[in-house]
Amino acid sequence: MTHIVVDPVTRIEGHLRIEAEVDGGQVSNAWSSSTMFRGIEIILQGRDPRDAWAFTQRICGVCTTVHAIASIRAVENAIGAKPPPNARILRNLIIASQCIQDHVIHFYHLHALDWVDIVSALKADPAGTSTLAQSISNWPKSSTTYFKGIQDRIKGLVDRGQLGPFGNAYWGHPAYKLPPEANLMAVAHYLEALDWQREFIKMHAILGGKNPHLQSFLVGGMATPVDPNAQAALNVHSIAAFKDMIAGAKQFVSQVYIPDLLAVASFYKDWAGYGAGVGNYMVYGEYPLNDESNSPLFIPSGIIRNRDISKVEAFDASKITEHIKHSWYDYAEGDDKALHPSAGETKPNYTGPEPPYERLNTSEKYSWLKSPRYDGVPMEVGPLSRMLVSYVQGHEQVTGLVNAVLKKLEVGPAALFSTLGRVAARGIETQILVDKIGDWVDELAANMGSGELRIHDNSKWEPSSWPKESTGAGFHEAPRGALGHWVHIKDAKINRYQCVVPSTWNAGPRDAGDTPGPYEAALVGTPVADPEQPIEILRTVHSFDPCMACGVHVVDTGGREVTRVKAR
Amino acid sequence: MNVPTSDLCRELEARGVSRREFLGFCSAMAVMIGLPKSAAAAIADALENKPKPTLVWLEFQDCAGNTESFLRSSKPTAAEVVLDLLSIDYHETIMAAAGHRAEEALDSVVKNKQGQYIAVVEGSIPTGANGAYCTIGGKSALQIANEVCSNAAAVIAVGTCATFGGLPAASPNPTGALGVADAVPGIKTQINLSACPVNAENLTATVVYFLTYGRWPATDALNRPLFAYGKSIHDNCERRAHYDSGQYVEQWGDEAHRQGHCLYKMGCKGPVSFQNCPNVGWNDNTSWPIACGHGCIGCAEPDFWDKMTPFYAHLPGFPGFGKASNIDKVGFWGTVGVAAAFGTHTLIHLGKKLVGSGGEDKPADPTKGSEGGDA
Repeated sequence: MTHIVVDPVTRIEGHLRIEAEVDGGQVSNAWSSSTMFRGIEIILQGRDPRDAWAFTQRICGVCTTVHAIASIRAVENAIGAKPPPNARILRNLIIASQCIQDHVIHFYHLHALDWVDIVSALKADPAGTSTLAQSISNWPKSSTTYFKGIQDRIKGLVDRGQLGPFGNAYWGHPAYKLPPEANLMAVAHYLEALDWQREFIKMHAILGGKNPHLQSFLVGGMATPVDPNAQAALNVHSIAAFKDMIAGAKQFVSQVYIPDLLAVASFYKDWAGYGAGVGNYMVYGEYPLNDESNSPLFIPSGIIRNRDISKVEAFDASKITEHIKHSWYDYAEGDDKALHPSAGETKPNYTGPEPPYERLNTSEKYSWLKSPRYDGVPMEVGPLSRMLVSYVQGHEQVTGLVNAVLKKLEVGPAALFSTLGRVAARGIETQILVDKIGDWVDELAANMGSGELRIHDNSKWEPSSWPKESTGAGFHEAPRGALGHWVHIKDAKINRYQCVVPSTWNAGPRDAGDTPGPYEAALVGTPVADPEQPIEILRTVHSFDPCMACGVHVVDTGGREVTRVKAR
Repeated sequence: MNVPTSDLCRELEARGVSRREFLGFCSAMAVMIGLPKSAAAAIADALENKPKPTLVWLEFQDCAGNTESFLRSSKPTAAEVVLDLLSIDYHETIMAAAGHRAEEALDSVVKNKQGQYIAVVEGSIPTGANGAYCTIGGKSALQIANEVCSNAAAVIAVGTCATFGGLPAASPNPTGALGVADAVPGIKTQINLSACPVNAENLTATVVYFLTYGRWPATDALNRPLFAYGKSIHDNCERRAHYDSGQYVEQWGDEAHRQGHCLYKMGCKGPVSFQNCPNVGWNDNTSWPIACGHGCIGCAEPDFWDKMTPFYAHLPGFPGFGKASNIDKVGFWGTVGVAAAFGTHTLIHLGKKLVGSGGEDKPADPTKGSEGGDA
């Protein structure tokens, strides 16, 4: 019997706690703990496999769609359903638009305030901000009046004493390096990005009825009809709407996001020297370009070990295992064993302190996350892994853009293995995708024009067409990295379901050999100027885009607890 | 506090919103929350001249989907400004502060604004393992919910997890997850905005209603505002005419599907689901699930993960529905249970009818087609 490895929601969006030791002004040891568990895989047992995507999609509402995609792929793999070309194209559009929107939200709304001091923006000369903005981009909203309006707006919040979500932060910390004018520009773009994401994601409403939590997925295809001559289907209106939204996204990404990223990065180049992590990178690959099972992928799969960018190894799903020595679970054969997800077990057994608690016992079990390993070693997943694997394989667009960014920042490829490298890779990927996504709209339009209107493989819809027993795996590149679902179907019902999600790979605790996971490894060596205000820890943790509430527990080497930090 | 509290106009201008657009928004809000258009002036007055109420937003066993929905609030610029008129002093997903500084922000509200703040809750609250299934800052979700919700002026539960337990509470409920009302008994004022996730329009309208009148909207038996949950999806569905005419989608992608016929046979739960999706749509009224081509899954109803599943099995024997009905394919008793839970006349009537008929097929009768869903 298979239970959940860990509540997958927690991996992607739940509550994360990090405990760290600081020694000599830097982190010497760190522990990553997920503190929330829901048990969705347990809930799935005995249910109709065609319903599973709706359940698993709720694992995460920030990267909505991703667990729906992995789920329908896993079930299709098990029962032998073959989605028609339009379903592949619609899925590519959903996946790419999700990734674009999610990366922008991460940069501006989840990560920027680690680098941008909002209060400092009050001291800016709006004319100077205008000059700066116009020197780096053609984005039209760049007048002195405009920036003055933004500044007044922030000033209004401060004067009222109602800073709301911006209250009580580390403003004025010496680790903030941007001049006031740049801070003001970034604050303006924070607000613009909030508007932009809301408009762009209307693509998902057209493709899925609503966002978050789209409702158009089907095992075997998609539920959005395609017909250029029908009103209740994706038609030429939809094509025109997609093109309009994509044009807007292209402009925002190339004229706002990327220039901001480069401008901010140029003040924080020292962060190319911190946060390297485990140095192993894994990619399952995404965006099938045709309908064969061995289709080439726009973002290819592969493995890089030990920061060796002279070669990429082929990915082999049979080499994935999970450990639980430091996780709140038991294995029947002993807690030092490593199991493949298709044969995994999950028996929750909380042995941590009773809440309210101050400290976890990190020498024992300390997380609701398991520790996934590939061929026995930890792997980092996410945009940096994807861009590295594509770069080393000579992916045309990726190679060109990575080289351009490195040149602009005057650093070498080794700078990619860092906190800053993760931030840059996310921006590079966003640009690659806004440049690519229009191709799939054109492909959809061409199919419509040629009368190819199929959206679903009806031959495998009824459970009577399925094998009595089957297993399947579904792989996907979520914004935050490699995602896999494994399903075992018996008598048309789910017998076992297992998800191994990106944040399990990145945020998991130590394994059976006590080797730290990627967050834990990346934090070691991160400077901490003031343990009461450990903004540097937030920078490295956020660079992975954990998308969960983290409890960061800073401890000095004498064992005295000095502060507790929650990060998002 | 040297800036007047009524500087909304300046804020609006900074966002490129004219006063005319703002008043238009207020009119739309008046209609949305079921008031005469003349109430728009009262809404505008309330938004401009009352001080910002404090709001804290708690996340427990959640997916942040309600938070994301909140970030999609439409009526684009003006709606966001309206939300901006609240002082959101604690919200883990968006707040800049971290760690003990974030906890201080929450503690300060609970202590200094006791009985004066609004608490929004997202996600269910686990009661198993002594609360260890969800901890924040070492405290269990239950401990935090008790402290914060018990001292709030009002609690707004957003999403079906916070309102009714939702997905974590689905069978076999491995963590003992509960909705807020069950986990924290005795909350005096609680508004439930169920759905997976909440539609941002309904959250915005609820808040505006409160800001305007200083009281909360009229609700159904499940504490859900009638302006948003007072009618079934089926009653307002744009495909209703096809249902009444017996025109159904039979296979995904068939001609009927492309022409927008009724999704009843494909498992649509619109007849037993109460929400205003057909009226206000999603993402600035861009679309909604049935318009997109997939049936309703009943996401605003209690226990929908158990009672509305399997999602693709159709509801039993509705009037106007043809011979393919097969009572074995649907969660029949579950459906009746949902109907009873709402206590709406029609659904109970329907349930009785189904029980009485043993779930046999009803011949199609277009003249009585509307009977099944009229509430």
